[in-house]
Amino acid sequence: MIDFGLSEEQEALQTSARELLARECTPALVRETAKSADGVPRPLYRRMAELGWTGLLVPEKDGGLGLGVLDLALVLEELGRAAAPGPFLATQLAIAALVRAGTAAQRQAWLPRLASGETFATLAYLEEADRHDAAGVALRARKARGGWQLAGAKLFVLEAPAADVFLVAARTAPRGISLFLVERGLRGVRVTPQETMDLTRRVGELVLRDVVVPRDALVGKEHGGGPLLARLLDLAAVGIAADSYGGAARVIEMAVEYSQVREQFGRKIGSFQAVKHIAAEMVADVAPSRSLVWWAAYAADHRPREAARAAAMAKASLGEIYRRTARRSVEIHGGIGFTWEHDLHLWFKRAHLNELLFGDPPYHRERLATLDGW
Amino acid sequence: MDLTYSPEERAFQHEVRAWLRRNVPKREPAGRLEYTDPARIARAKAWQRKLYEAGYLALAWPKDYGGQGADVIRQTIVNEELVAGRAPPINGMLGIQIVGPTLTGFGTEEQKRRHLPRILTGEEIWCQGYSEPGSGSDLASLRTRAEIVGDEFVVSGQKIWTSNAQYADWMFCLVRTDPQAPKHRGISYVLIDMKSPGITVRPLVQMTGDAGFNEVFFDNVRVPRANLVGRLHDGWTVANATLFHERNMLASTTRTQQSLDALLRLAKTQRRSGAPASKDPLVRQRLADLTIRVETMKLEAYRQLTDTLRKRPPGIAASVNKLVTCELNHDLAKAAMEVMGSYGWLSKKDRRARDGGLWPLDYMFSLGLIIGGGTAQIQKNIISERGLGMPREPRPEAPRAAAEAASGGSR
Repeated sequence: MIDFGLSEEQEALQTSARELLARECTPALVRETAKSADGVPRPLYRRMAELGWTGLLVPEKDGGLGLGVLDLALVLEELGRAAAPGPFLATQLAIAALVRAGTAAQRQAWLPRLASGETFATLAYLEEADRHDAAGVALRARKARGGWQLAGAKLFVLEAPAADVFLVAARTAPRGISLFLVERGLRGVRVTPQETMDLTRRVGELVLRDVVVPRDALVGKEHGGGPLLARLLDLAAVGIAADSYGGAARVIEMAVEYSQVREQFGRKIGSFQAVKHIAAEMVADVAPSRSLVWWAAYAADHRPREAARAAAMAKASLGEIYRRTARRSVEIHGGIGFTWEHDLHLWFKRAHLNELLFGDPPYHRERLATLDGW
Repeated sequence: MDLTYSPEERAFQHEVRAWLRRNVPKREPAGRLEYTDPARIARAKAWQRKLYEAGYLALAWPKDYGGQGADVIRQTIVNEELVAGRAPPINGMLGIQIVGPTLTGFGTEEQKRRHLPRILTGEEIWCQGYSEPGSGSDLASLRTRAEIVGDEFVVSGQKIWTSNAQYADWMFCLVRTDPQAPKHRGISYVLIDMKSPGITVRPLVQMTGDAGFNEVFFDNVRVPRANLVGRLHDGWTVANATLFHERNMLASTTRTQQSLDALLRLAKTQRRSGAPASKDPLVRQRLADLTIRVETMKLEAYRQLTDTLRKRPPGIAASVNKLVTCELNHDLAKAAMEVMGSYGWLSKKDRRARDGGLWPLDYMFSLGLIIGGGTAQIQKNIISERGLGMPREPRPEAPRAAAEAASGGSR
């Protein structure tokens, strides 16, 4: 039976997330968080943890909700709708790695902490070469007494300023990479924030100067981290796509609301076809893309052979759609939409970062072409 | 969410696939072009008949009216297999996709029993009497008159852009029955036998060079009162239902997927700068973008199908589908023209034309569909006004249709 729709539980999850974030993640909170050192609105994160969102992917036996990527995507869509700051998605990537490849001891040690909403993690994979695959990993890890020694630098690490632990992709063999959990407090770890135009997400540089980690910091197979990294990047792509859909839907609402209030030439500007047609184009662009997000999220759990292709399509498409939609929304707002005072630029800037994070649209389109064997 | 077919559905899928492998006519072009060729029309009718007899047409229609009484999932399976099996189009599509659902919703029992089975067998090919020379996007300003004389309507006036009228057996037609009423409230929806005395069909040549559509003139054409669909003067309600079905027909992802498949085959064989076009980085970007857009609309169709099964109202989805899919079809043809380089110039008459010269025709034809069935701009009005609740453009006081006609009806 084909059923391409959400379950009642999923609809309830999404509705409650939307309502909570409308109340507790206001644009005022987003702006205030932008001034903080690490970009984490802590009371909101504690609340999200209480509701189980942070442990959504964690199996029930490990104390989580045991839900899937589609459920996660619905929460991410709402976070995107609210332009919510903080390391939610970044932490989910580490959680997903542990759920998929962690040993029992690693899961026990980390999953409760990461699901608590008080400890944060992220994935550190990009370097100066700016490649979104294992081949771009040059940071070296060598076996050392009692564990591994890591040396090198990571760039563009999502939510690095808030992360307590980094899942670091490191080269352990000429043709092999491995993933390591590196705690921020270790000797030789240095985190430097990078400046971006976006006020809602943080990125940073991670420098590891001969950092020694214990043997059990290795997550997954030694030298065999490539496939795991690829799966995490697909998950990240789906997550950003979901966030982008939510943000795009929100900026349409903002434009339509404004067009019903603002008057020029003695009429609501929303009664002009010049404005209405922009709004309709936004809807035609955005509305069908929700199905692509759902499919990519569903495939991540249920269609392993199609998951990479679906993630590439979703990321390529939603990145452009969100950016285009935010731009159109600014246009409908006119001058006020260009001000710092109006909230719209929070979404406009997030759209730009979303488009580039975890691979820009041309990268993912080329990936699709390769996967389809052209 | 569950995107797997049940064992029974998979068995059905295999059955359909096997049947198509044996029965799909060879060497029939996939596009729905050149319908003025009588031989081609005959072949399309024969193919429709074959599909019907195999039980693969209008599966979701009730058995009483010639359907299979099956669920829409089976219809979806058949549609998917028709694409994969590169089946040629049928020419009773308008009847199946538009007239059938409209009669099911508004027709009398007698109308349903008379027309629905014949629509399926291909015995009745239908055309649509909507647009008039003075009434395009402002359809409700139409002026073709129908006077009630005894138990007949007497119809006089003119329709235009009427596709397939030159060989259609029936027309569903909007006529003005009350010129004194406000323009939306004096229209009736009638079924007209195209063999009735007083009908003249004059072909109009499209930019494709094909006379696919026509002008249709009515000179005191007598139509039995029993051919009225819905209530007298309330044809606008029926017309809107029809327009909804029409948008969905034009937004069919079946044709779009076939176009994409053909484009990808072309890109792999056509050479640019000594290598297959599909190896050119810019072409790859373009093809990937189109692939994503096609996949998105296919997935969206599944989502809407699920909504239908859950009995949720479709909202303005049909307008979004029509707007997006028609634009996409045009972009697919445009991309094919680019992939072909200089070969993109060649028309179907040139022996070196690729794919039988289908692409330049489709490039033009698909532009026609952006305009037909409610222009892109009309769809945008519907999306913004009905979907988003944005205010209507202020209109002058609604004039009576008769007054408007008297003043020349220039709007």
